[in-house]
Amino acid sequence: MLEEVLLAGFGGQGILSAGMLLAQAGMAHGLHVAWIPSYGPEMRGGTANCGVTLSDRPISCPLVTEPTTLLAMNQPSLDKFAPKVKPGGLIIYNSSLARWDGELGLGRRLLGLDATAQAEAIGNVRVAVNVLVGAFIALTQIIPLERVKEALRVVLPPHRHHLIAANEKALEVGASLALAKVGEGIALR
Amino acid sequence: MPRVLMKGNEAFGEGAIRAGCRYFFGYPITPQSELPHYLARRLPEVGGVYLQAESEVAAINMVYGAAAAGARVMTSSSSPGISLMQEGISYLAGAELPCVIVNVMRGGPGLGNIAPAQSDYFQAVKGGGHGDYRLLCLAPSSVQEILDLMGLAFDLADKYRNPVMVLGDGILGQMMEPVELPPYSGELELPPKPWATTGTAGRGTRNIINSLYIEPEELEAVNLRLRAKYQRMEEEEKRWETYLLEEAELVLVAFGTMARVARAAVERLREEGIAAGLIRPITLYPFPDAPFHAAFSRARAFLVVEMNLGQMVEDVRLTVEGRCPVHFYGRTGGVVPTVAEVVNFAKEVWQKL
Amino acid sequence: MRVLFERTRGLTSKPFHYCPGCTHGIIHRLVAEVLVELDVLEKTVGVCPVGCAVFAYEYFNCDMIEAAHGRAPAVATGVKRVLPDRVVFTYQGDGDLAAIGTAEIVHAAARGEKITTIFVNNAVYGMTGGQMAPTTLLGQKTTTTPFGRRAEEAGYPLRVAEMLATIEGAAYVARVAVNSPKNVIQAKRVIRRAFEVQLANLGFSLVEVLSTCPTNWGMNPPEALRWLEEKMIPVYPLGEFKVPREEREHA
Repeated sequence: MLEEVLLAGFGGQGILSAGMLLAQAGMAHGLHVAWIPSYGPEMRGGTANCGVTLSDRPISCPLVTEPTTLLAMNQPSLDKFAPKVKPGGLIIYNSSLARWDGELGLGRRLLGLDATAQAEAIGNVRVAVNVLVGAFIALTQIIPLERVKEALRVVLPPHRHHLIAANEKALEVGASLALAKVGEGIALR
Repeated sequence: MPRVLMKGNEAFGEGAIRAGCRYFFGYPITPQSELPHYLARRLPEVGGVYLQAESEVAAINMVYGAAAAGARVMTSSSSPGISLMQEGISYLAGAELPCVIVNVMRGGPGLGNIAPAQSDYFQAVKGGGHGDYRLLCLAPSSVQEILDLMGLAFDLADKYRNPVMVLGDGILGQMMEPVELPPYSGELELPPKPWATTGTAGRGTRNIINSLYIEPEELEAVNLRLRAKYQRMEEEEKRWETYLLEEAELVLVAFGTMARVARAAVERLREEGIAAGLIRPITLYPFPDAPFHAAFSRARAFLVVEMNLGQMVEDVRLTVEGRCPVHFYGRTGGVVPTVAEVVNFAKEVWQKL
Repeated sequence: MRVLFERTRGLTSKPFHYCPGCTHGIIHRLVAEVLVELDVLEKTVGVCPVGCAVFAYEYFNCDMIEAAHGRAPAVATGVKRVLPDRVVFTYQGDGDLAAIGTAEIVHAAARGEKITTIFVNNAVYGMTGGQMAPTTLLGQKTTTTPFGRRAEEAGYPLRVAEMLATIEGAAYVARVAVNSPKNVIQAKRVIRRAFEVQLANLGFSLVEVLSTCPTNWGMNPPEALRWLEEKMIPVYPLGEFKVPREEREHA
């Protein structure tokens, strides 16, 4: 098993922290993990991104250049990285801020979730990225959702621990929305 | 063993603390900033001193003073800053002072950029400063190895009374991986340094730290003594790792971050039926020749992959001595070769064999 | 027999290599006598410059470090931070301190490093062959100002003591000369104070010592002493430019 996840969005959307959350949860679940922030040419263009590798074997290359999963929080990230996703890979994007009308091909699956709107409903727009993380966890079952929730306590600094509940809610909302949409068979084309 | 997720730059710092280093002198530069940030917080906790110098020139000379006073001491910087330190590094080597210098390499020459690179290999391995000297040079390729090699770096520095350079790059510094972090046990028993300038009290004789020898014959004798030390390093300190080398006909050679990419490339080449393997030098000086000698019986070609335009490849050619073709693939200026690029180039090499 | 004068044990028995009439030897002796009189010689670490005093490690009878050109204050900083209970001094000339080492001396002072700097100003580069120094006087002929230093081309003499006295971390800054018995006695008193400031952990201390260079000035020793008195002191006035805060309040 090897998941190479690319998380991308605007600076300030909590992209890097969401990546650390996945890495921390993966490590706690006994996986080999690596987290790497955007580097080189990937740093340009006003987007923040990071790669997270989760594997049941030691990780040879921690660089995520052809992700198996893309979590895209805005339009530029979706446009830029969706074509780089591996054949058969998964793209989950924030449909509050981005849309995808074209074809993807190569068996890549696409799921849009209104993450920003959901986060606003929860009461904190900054937890939006974890709606996508929750969806990723639900669709891949790579780590139990409980482990991800536990990892919040490690990744969030103590002065942010009052945000744990909102983050947990975002993870849960993302997971249930993803499972419902897959059940309806509408999104994953 | 407790595992924690740690950034490479922080692992340089924690590794130093656990090696008994209590003094850091440095000047801010990207992409190594998390290292001084970490030590500025961590050193006071263990009774150490963090000092931000007015320049890299000053920083390396503070290291010189602290090393002369017998302390385990380090500095860190990134490529342009390391260039500024070369004068001091030459003096450290000449005065035989132990210290550890971390270079989190970025794109050059000149101001270059802050993206990852390996273009300071020559500077680290072939001298950099003036005079006939060598640095022990270590190249970790994972966060855990950063932590481990920092301990080794301080031990080797003391063992040989020589500066040790640890070469990282922007990726290694910024990435996070799990590391095994046993509970910190505190003070280490460090080797005595009877040569240190600590005041003559209790000693009676004077200690002098110096690299000036005005008589040519005297300086030549010093250089010959240093060479004997470097030869001892070459006999005792070569370190490397191999991956699938036993049956390899196409041998990739890479260090640091590039070795991670090369290792993934070897896996893909194997999946495609190409007998690829990897040699990863861990010491860049002394350069490990043994794995090359072991590979000669089967190897049909070597492929060196670097984030520069061909530097370590020269040491590979010196080691291979024409017994086998040596190819090179590199990207520069902060561009990192992808696994796919390396695989494609390797296949081209393979098809021409 | 009564002993009127003897070589201080603060110096080794190695004969000085300095030129006839050069006052480096006097300054060495004053520093060494002070270290002995303060009973700190055995816990002192000295840092030598690059310049005429490059061999000072052969003369001071304590642990010594040879630094790169201009870097002595940084080296001394490293020593003092590791060994805060030792006495650490640098001995630097005007090329070493006031040209190539300007950044290091300014920031050692700004940090208030508890070190003492003996700054020897003879208005010329000695060891390298009498070139213009930052402290060379206007009109003074050197090998690189053969027609005399002109401000239009080579700028103005740098008054190091006055400049460093403006820095908060500098606790004690003074300028002395060693061209007459009276001035030598005063110089020793000031050097002693500088070390006392260090021992009291009050901050950075520096003594600028006006010194002669008959060889590169092209004079005999008595002429050099007169030239120092008549030409240098008017540009580089003697005195204390900064004293520790409590002394200022009591004054």
